[in-house]
Amino acid sequence: MQSNAALEYDYSLAKKFTFLTILFGILGMVVGTLIAAQMAFPELNYLLGEYGTFSRLRPVHTNTVVFGFTVSGIFATWFYLGQRVLKVSIAESKFLMVIGNIQFWLYFVVALAATVSLLFGVSSSKEYAQYEWPFDLGVVVVWVLWGIGMMGLIGIRREKALYISVWYYLACFLGVAMLYLFNNMAIPTYFATEGLGSILHSVSMYSGTNDALVQWWYGHNAVAFGFTVPIVGMIYYFLPKESGQAIYSYKLSLLSFWGLMFVYLWAGSHHLLWSTVPDWMQTMGSAFSVVLILPSWGSAINMLLTMKGEWNQLTDNPLIKFMVLASTFYMLSTIEGPIQAIRSVNAIAHFTDWIPGHVHDGTLGWVTFMIMAAIFHMSPRMFKREIYSKKLMEAQFWLQTVAVVLYFTSMWIAGITQGMMWRAVDEYGNLMYSFIDTVTVLHPYYTIRALSGVMYLTGFIMFAYNIYKTMTSGRVLTEEPQFRTPMA
Amino acid sequence: MFFHWLEKNPFFFAAAISIVISFAGLIEIVPNFAKSGKPLVDLKPRTVLELAGKNVYMKDNCMSCHSQMIRPFKSETDRYGDYSLSGEYAYDRPFLWGSKRTGPDLHRIGNYRSTDWHENHMWDPPAIVPGSIMPAYKHQFTNIADIETAYAEAVTVKNAFHTPYGPEFKTTRAAWDAHRPKVLADAKAIADNMKNKDVKEAVANGEVPEVVALIAYLNSLK
Repeated sequence: MQSNAALEYDYSLAKKFTFLTILFGILGMVVGTLIAAQMAFPELNYLLGEYGTFSRLRPVHTNTVVFGFTVSGIFATWFYLGQRVLKVSIAESKFLMVIGNIQFWLYFVVALAATVSLLFGVSSSKEYAQYEWPFDLGVVVVWVLWGIGMMGLIGIRREKALYISVWYYLACFLGVAMLYLFNNMAIPTYFATEGLGSILHSVSMYSGTNDALVQWWYGHNAVAFGFTVPIVGMIYYFLPKESGQAIYSYKLSLLSFWGLMFVYLWAGSHHLLWSTVPDWMQTMGSAFSVVLILPSWGSAINMLLTMKGEWNQLTDNPLIKFMVLASTFYMLSTIEGPIQAIRSVNAIAHFTDWIPGHVHDGTLGWVTFMIMAAIFHMSPRMFKREIYSKKLMEAQFWLQTVAVVLYFTSMWIAGITQGMMWRAVDEYGNLMYSFIDTVTVLHPYYTIRALSGVMYLTGFIMFAYNIYKTMTSGRVLTEEPQFRTPMA
Repeated sequence: MFFHWLEKNPFFFAAAISIVISFAGLIEIVPNFAKSGKPLVDLKPRTVLELAGKNVYMKDNCMSCHSQMIRPFKSETDRYGDYSLSGEYAYDRPFLWGSKRTGPDLHRIGNYRSTDWHENHMWDPPAIVPGSIMPAYKHQFTNIADIETAYAEAVTVKNAFHTPYGPEFKTTRAAWDAHRPKVLADAKAIADNMKNKDVKEAVANGEVPEVVALIAYLNSLK
């Protein structure tokens, strides 16, 4: 990674996707905070009539943060760092610019339309794959356009060797394509009959146990290829760029990458422990989940060791703090997952709030922290202005860190309490608690979780404000900063 | 070194990724596919009204808080009934096991709750279960369920997957018109056990409110 003085990169697409990242981030988190509050205060279910119940809004939250926020973040960072590590400006090819712009607008329309469809209850019900078939087709077209753009840029690259980040973005593209296509296979009922009923409705190609297996092979690995793979790709670029340090070990990168590629997909069946899926598949899911610690920690340790001898940067550059904390939460999340995948632990943890707790230390602590850090790093380079406020960034960091800790600790307690109460028996072997006892006991934890949501959302709005002020009134930079991001 | 070569050849790099990530699905999912899809002996597919209810269940996303999977533990069989078997789900497209129990499991709710109980509960859950955090679903009493789509679904799975629906299930509109009275009769049988005037009136007028279809579905979960 030498300096890039000779080349002028085109950041128009990266900027557009950055705006969408922030927009969908706010939308998704507002809905998330609302549904968290609904669990503590059920009266909040009635703000929007039938469209405002927890059950309708939950998929709106998950799909907006996954397909809105995170995917925008992946696109934004790709259109920034893809050019830089391949040493080619996307503007050198008119074709790629056109494809990129079509991708942007189509993505925006599809993401909005699909979100609205969920609000109206048009849903195929499989988690993180709820979009009905017309929206699925839209997603596929967007994804193919991204693939064409990516392959095209790789095709005209000057730097022959693909940098580690490109491996991960490529894997993200291929993995999500495979998973999404197979899991969403469905037959539209309107076309399978003589135009009877709703044109939007479809039936899954798989049934019962098979459908569950395909769904969790998808569900778990959509997390792998959407929330892990591209985010690791980001940190491999942004941490060395921000710190001025070279990646600690190439061999560890190799091991982590290919290890992750091979191992991750086996672990999907750990979502189906104690279900009617054959035992040997459940055992494979458990075993591979534990093996998965190796490549996950491999990447995280590689990042932490990259900072070796430069830990002083942690005290004076808040961006380094964001990325180091992200790596740390990645380690926490990837040790917690395998623990939950052990059969005896899963017997307690499954179906409880410990699971959303686990998801959120990964998504809030790792994914969102890394995406925000990436945008903080990119902004002065894209907008040629200094970051508006370092103080605001520091405050945001601590507010959100405390929020994540409150979120997962409250959900750990809630989940284990619930799991233990469901199975508790008295001295005669009768169940000790009726189901409702295990709901009302959680009220304090749900309240804490809602509070943590408000804090995290506030932090995200501070982030959005900081970026907005950077764009409009940050001090103008005459020269691109080489490493450390300048901030006022 | 092999990896240095690979990193300079994007086509082979992408091919290598594709091969490495496809192992798991091929080895874990494919071999058991036929066996895992087998129905229990005598398993009946859902009626059109029940399918319409299942679609209401999906529309209001009940599975975000309720599971349909009783695990083989004494604490679960005591609470919910016999543990679930793979063959019971063979006609479920999609599967609706859920992943979270904010509320209780529903896989055998038809064994211990009645039409009357559901009617009161869907109207105002905390009135029936004090302390409940489930929202009321009053809109299901006025929204009309899409029974035509449910019929189209039955015909589709019959033709595509040999789900054992009778010979009267055909792709034509005429076949649907002929089947419709049967669905309305099923709906009337449910509505007869309900009190809500709007619901009774709608059913008398040949329409099926969502809550009627939903209750038919919940009653079929046994």
